[in-house]
Amino acid sequence: MSDTHISRRTVLAGGAALFLLAVLPRQVFALTEGQARSLIDQAVAEINAVINSGRSEGAMYGEFEKIFRRYADVPTIARTALGPPARSASAGQMQAFTGAFAGYMARKYGKRFRDFVGTQIQVTGARTVKSFQEVQAVAKMKGQAPFAISFMVSDRSGSDKFFDLLIEGISLLKSERAEIGAMLDRRGGNIDALIQDVQRAG
Amino acid sequence: MSNAKLPTFIAVGAFAVLAGCSAPSESGGVNDPYESVNRATHAANKGADRIFFRPAGKAYGTAVPAPVRASLSNAASNLDGPRTVANDILQGNIEDAGHNLSRFLVNSTLGVFGLFDPAGSSFGLEARPTGFADTMAVWGVREGAYLELPLFGPSTERDAFGKVVDVLTNPINSWEDGTEIAAATALPSVLDSRYTYGESLDSILYDSADSYAQLRLYYLESRRFRLTGQGSAENAYDPYENLYEDVYEGIYE
Repeated sequence: MSDTHISRRTVLAGGAALFLLAVLPRQVFALTEGQARSLIDQAVAEINAVINSGRSEGAMYGEFEKIFRRYADVPTIARTALGPPARSASAGQMQAFTGAFAGYMARKYGKRFRDFVGTQIQVTGARTVKSFQEVQAVAKMKGQAPFAISFMVSDRSGSDKFFDLLIEGISLLKSERAEIGAMLDRRGGNIDALIQDVQRAG
Repeated sequence: MSNAKLPTFIAVGAFAVLAGCSAPSESGGVNDPYESVNRATHAANKGADRIFFRPAGKAYGTAVPAPVRASLSNAASNLDGPRTVANDILQGNIEDAGHNLSRFLVNSTLGVFGLFDPAGSSFGLEARPTGFADTMAVWGVREGAYLELPLFGPSTERDAFGKVVDVLTNPINSWEDGTEIAAATALPSVLDSRYTYGESLDSILYDSADSYAQLRLYYLESRRFRLTGQGSAENAYDPYENLYEDVYEGIYE
C-alpha cells in the first residue's frame, strides 16, 4: 500500500535478518529455493500451455488434474481439507476421498483458469519461509491489473510438491478446509456421503 | 483538500485510534463474535443479490457497451481522487500522493472530467486506490471484528469505520451538487463490478456449501494481503507440522 512504509519495514527486516544470519548457525534446507523455483517453473509452463491450448473445457479439466497430481501433494492437501475427521477415516475412505478431491479441484479451479485464456503466468522469485519455500508468480491478464500467485513448496512428502496456492493472499488450503468442512457438516459427518458429494461438486 | 477539512480528519483519526485500542487482537485467524447477526445479514444480502444486483448487473453489462461502462466507472473513481490523495498524505506516503494527484489532474482535464483514463493508459499513472481504512491500518489500528454489512457486504470494524469516514470527508461533498454526483456515479460502477466479476462471485455465493464462510475468508485474506504485501506466506498453514493437529478449531466453528 504505502511504498515508503514498506521500504522502511523492508530495511528494518533486512537488518534483523543480517543480524540473525551472523549469530545463528546456518540452517540447512533439504529443498533449495532454486529447486522449488524450477519445480514451479515447470508447473507454470504446463498450466500456461493448457490455458492457451484452445482445447475444450472437458479436455482442459483432464489436463489440470494431471498437472495437479504431478506437482501438488494431493494426499496432504486432501487430508488437511478434511481436517480432524481424517483421523477416524479408514484407509479405503481416505483413498476414495483423495481421488474424488483431485477431480473436484481440477474442475473447480480449471473453471477459474478458463477465464484466464490468453493470460501468462510468470515466476518472479522464491524465498524460504519457515520450513518451506514460497515461489512467487504474477499472472498478467489483458486489460486488468496483474495479480499475485504464490506456491508453497515442500519436500516433506518425499518429493518436491506444492501444498498450497495463494491467489492475492487467499489460501486454497484454508478455503478448501472451510468448504469441505461445511460439506461434511451438511452430511452430518458421514464421510461416505461426503465422498459422493465431492465427486459431483466443482 | 481544503484546510477547513483537515481538523475533521485529525479529530476523526484520533477517535479511530482510540476505538481501535478496544478492538480484540487478531493473528491471521478469523475474529467473528457477531457471527449469528452477520449470517442473517449475509442471507439478506444474498437475497438482494439474487433479486436485484445479479440480474441488474447482467442487464447493465449486456445493454451498455463496454467503453461506456468503463467511462462511468472511471468517472466514479476519479471523484475519489482528492480523497485518495488526502489519505496518501495521512499515511505519510508522499510518492503515492504525488502519483494520485497527477493522475487526478490528468484525468480531470485530458480525460474529460474523468470519463477517460489517459493517466493510466498513456502516462503510466495506474490507479493506486486507498482510503481511510488503509490509513488507520498504517497508523496501527487493528482490523477488529469481522462484519457483513447490509448491501455493502464483507467488512471489518476498522474497514466499516473507514468507509464512513471516506463518505463523510470526501471533498467532493463540498462541491455544489457534489453529493448527488457521487451518488449518481456509484450505482453504475457497482453494477459494472457485479457484471465483470460475475462468475467468480457466483461461484462463491451460489456454488459453495457455506458461502458466508468462504466470503469471510476471501475478504479477510485478500484485505490483509493488500495491506501487507507478500508477507502472507508467513501466515500460511503448514500441513506437515500440523497434520494431526486441529489447528482450525476455534477459527472455523
